[in-house]
Amino acid sequence: MNFGVVTFPGSNCDYDSYRAVKDIIKQPVRFLWHKDTRFDDLDIIILPGGFSYGDYLRAGAIAKFSPVMGGVKAFADAGGYVLGICNGFQILTELGLLPGTLMRNNNLKFICKDVYLLVENNQTPFTNRYKKNQIVRLPIAHNEGNYYCDEKDLNYLKSYNGIVFRYCGPNGRITDGYNPNGSVESIAGIINEKGNVMGMMPHPERYVEGLLGGEDGAEIFKSIIDNFSKRKAS
Amino acid sequence: MESTPEPTVNLKLAKEHGLSTSEYKRILNILGRTPTYTELGIFSVMWSEHCSYKNSIKLLKTLPRTGPHLLVSAGEENAGAIDIGDGLAIVFKIESHNHPSAIEPYQGAATGVGGILRDIFTMGARPIAVLDSLRFGSLKEGRTRYLLDGVVRGIAGYGNCFGVPTVGGEVYFEDSYTGNPLINVMAVGIAKVEKMASAIAKRKGSPVLVVGSSTGRDGIHGATFASEELSEASQLRRPAVQIGDPFTEKLLLEATLEIIGEELIIGIQDMGAAGITCCSSEMSSHGKSGMVLRLSEVPVREEKMTPYEIMLSESQERMLVVAKKGKVKRIQAIFDKWGLKSAVIGEIIDEPRLIVDNSENRCAEIPPETLVLGGGAPVYTRSKRKPTYIEEINKSEPRITEPNDYNEILLRLISSPNICSKRWIYEQYDYQVRTNTVIGPGGDAAVLRIRKTNKALSVSTDCNGRYCYINPYMGTKMAVAEAARNVVCTGAKPVAITNCLNFGNPYDKEIYWYFSECIRGMREACSYFETPVTGGNVSFYNESKQRAVYPTPVIGMLGVIEDVSHITTSYFKDKGDLIFLAGDISDRIGGSEYLKTIHNRIAGPLPDLDLELERRLQRFILESIKAKMIKSAHDVSEGGLSTAIAECCINRPDKPTGCKIDIVDKRRLDRILFSEAPSRVIISCKPDNAERLERYAFKENVPIQLIGVVGGNEISINEKISISAKKLKIAYEQALPNLMKGKQSKRRIF
Repeated sequence: MNFGVVTFPGSNCDYDSYRAVKDIIKQPVRFLWHKDTRFDDLDIIILPGGFSYGDYLRAGAIAKFSPVMGGVKAFADAGGYVLGICNGFQILTELGLLPGTLMRNNNLKFICKDVYLLVENNQTPFTNRYKKNQIVRLPIAHNEGNYYCDEKDLNYLKSYNGIVFRYCGPNGRITDGYNPNGSVESIAGIINEKGNVMGMMPHPERYVEGLLGGEDGAEIFKSIIDNFSKRKAS
Repeated sequence: MESTPEPTVNLKLAKEHGLSTSEYKRILNILGRTPTYTELGIFSVMWSEHCSYKNSIKLLKTLPRTGPHLLVSAGEENAGAIDIGDGLAIVFKIESHNHPSAIEPYQGAATGVGGILRDIFTMGARPIAVLDSLRFGSLKEGRTRYLLDGVVRGIAGYGNCFGVPTVGGEVYFEDSYTGNPLINVMAVGIAKVEKMASAIAKRKGSPVLVVGSSTGRDGIHGATFASEELSEASQLRRPAVQIGDPFTEKLLLEATLEIIGEELIIGIQDMGAAGITCCSSEMSSHGKSGMVLRLSEVPVREEKMTPYEIMLSESQERMLVVAKKGKVKRIQAIFDKWGLKSAVIGEIIDEPRLIVDNSENRCAEIPPETLVLGGGAPVYTRSKRKPTYIEEINKSEPRITEPNDYNEILLRLISSPNICSKRWIYEQYDYQVRTNTVIGPGGDAAVLRIRKTNKALSVSTDCNGRYCYINPYMGTKMAVAEAARNVVCTGAKPVAITNCLNFGNPYDKEIYWYFSECIRGMREACSYFETPVTGGNVSFYNESKQRAVYPTPVIGMLGVIEDVSHITTSYFKDKGDLIFLAGDISDRIGGSEYLKTIHNRIAGPLPDLDLELERRLQRFILESIKAKMIKSAHDVSEGGLSTAIAECCINRPDKPTGCKIDIVDKRRLDRILFSEAPSRVIISCKPDNAERLERYAFKENVPIQLIGVVGGNEISINEKISISAKKLKIAYEQALPNLMKGKQSKRRIF
């Protein structure tokens, strides 16, 4: 399975995603430059975390106009898999590939810490190795992770089980106290209706090795492979 | 030579530039004529304390500065470099950004981070960690809350965007720092030894480029600003505070590593204090060459900038590059790719002359070695005098009344800003980006694995300014010992230090006495631990309203962990594990947080530090870790035994645990529990290993005693303390957020 990781000027988790793919699931992976527009060889594109173009204006607001994102949109429209992590999620909402938007954290501060997530939807190409309602621990590191969408979009998301992860407590309880950034209904990650584009604020690529504090993130990468091999087999 | 109307250069103008009469005479002698206005500006910044180290270099040279693993000696390059094997070098340095942060906390701290990062990547190393060593006044002041909030946001804003993890550091609150906070930033990078770059200019005809941001009027005379005390007038210095752009710095990092990696350059230096002036003179002097610069070629962001302004600008995110002949095109293509400016502004000449031209005019012509440290820059020895209070506060062991309620004392200590959890701060920092962080903030030292090897690095910053105020010689020895002990507790062997020496005005005899005493202590301790000083930074003039900060020689320690399986954390692991104190029980409370917070006294004498015992203890801890005999190791520091034990219980990533402690000693319990005597570590092990551990300690001649066992929900100590671990954790975690809820005030207290 061929992976691509986009490097925007200001991306800083591109290397981490690259290493997770290369070292943990041992798949071919290459970087895409923000000016690249051709990537017919790829099966999945990761939009990594960071501060694309500095994000001085609004996270992802400039990245959506980059040449590479034109290509990514066409790639997604054609059914290609896209995973947006943190800044990647912000860009996906800016581009309209996912509904809603990511506002500043409600405490108006950057937050870096471990959070617990409830897996609400394990029937996706990215989460099929988790059990439904499994509690996983991953780190967040963002200034703008406060997910917001209006009633209509929220109903739409729910209509196809589009909410993949919610922030929860260590025991799985979903409360305001365990919502780190003020997200609507504690939403931490969502998927599009077609099921090929997922965005999430937590960083799975950071927890793929026990040495660094957790391995729950590795399951996302392994799910992608499992799904791909199953699809290929069928 | 100058035709544009500029101020007339004379002694009065020189004095306004911070030069003394004798320094001005020295310039006249060097040039054999009156300097131009631009030349006066160049001399004044290069001979400022900040660039020349004129009042410190003599003593700095007495520090141990050699060692088998050192790749560059102190002062030779922008940062120290250590060979850690596998063809890899660790590049590291600490620097202050105190005065800018006192005036404009966000930008001051942000550009402090930016400046030290450039020092690292200009050597061809990719930054892998940042630590911050911060000092503020009391959090009861609205101004302090404003400064802490701004500084933390500034560090976060810059480091997070740049993409370097901020993994550790320390924060202290003492009244002496009220008007003049200390913002010291340490950065660590990694490079392939054979790909390291040098700050050198040589080979006639080699092109000189300025790369990165355009040059503006920001930060002019920043170096001079750093070399005077803060006063009401300092607010007018706001234009001397630079503005940071972490996005551009990230691009500059990638482009710089590419041109170094492709071997396109002869030398490179980042532009920090004194901008183009400092880079061009230091690089030329280093290469025993000269340089012709054409200022009309420098990309500027403001109109009608004068040569004086261009030479002295401290605009951020710029580098000076000496290119190999024929490689300019490729260099410019790389900078273009990253959307950065690059321009050829001159070339190298054989004659040792720094020549600065502007269109048709020659603005400056100076032998570069006359400008720099180790060359013609002035070197002074100042006179010193021991302050009278020293005898007074070190006379005898402080007498205090024993408290009744030990639970309350422990709660107050664990909530004191100098001891409590710093989570409010470090959760604003991305401490994981680049996925190397094994132990992040909150432990004894931060640990980062080194990819493609089994090794890891351990880094720590340490200094208790209050100790140094009481006894600068002993306080500095204790800082070095603690920094070493901290990295040892994570499983590392200490290898080298960098230092950031924060003091008041060196022309004050008492300040100079502090400085020389601190250097004496550092010399002794660093020699003992075989941790040479690889470089660092001296920051004088940390004063406001005639009050100097505590002498604060911050030690940044680097340790190497041979195998990641040795990495050890500070907290208790499993119920039933036995708890030992390695090191002696002490009842000496001089300098302690207990004495200050509970008894409202700042007094000595400090407890003794026996360097030989310290060395044995550290070897014992490290070898016990390697032999997998112990499951946790935590250094005993501020707050003494009681808070160290409490931290072992509550600093676990999941639920806190209790423990039952019984210390057998006839002396007064408060003195024993709250003494901050050095050379002590709390360790825990599974019961099966206890005998082996004790035998080994006996063999190594290290005092060790069984003091308790892990388990339960209560922390109980000698039946005097009995408190739920959960309650203690809440107090520990809530203290700082509660203090920060108070109103912030921008009103300055100088």
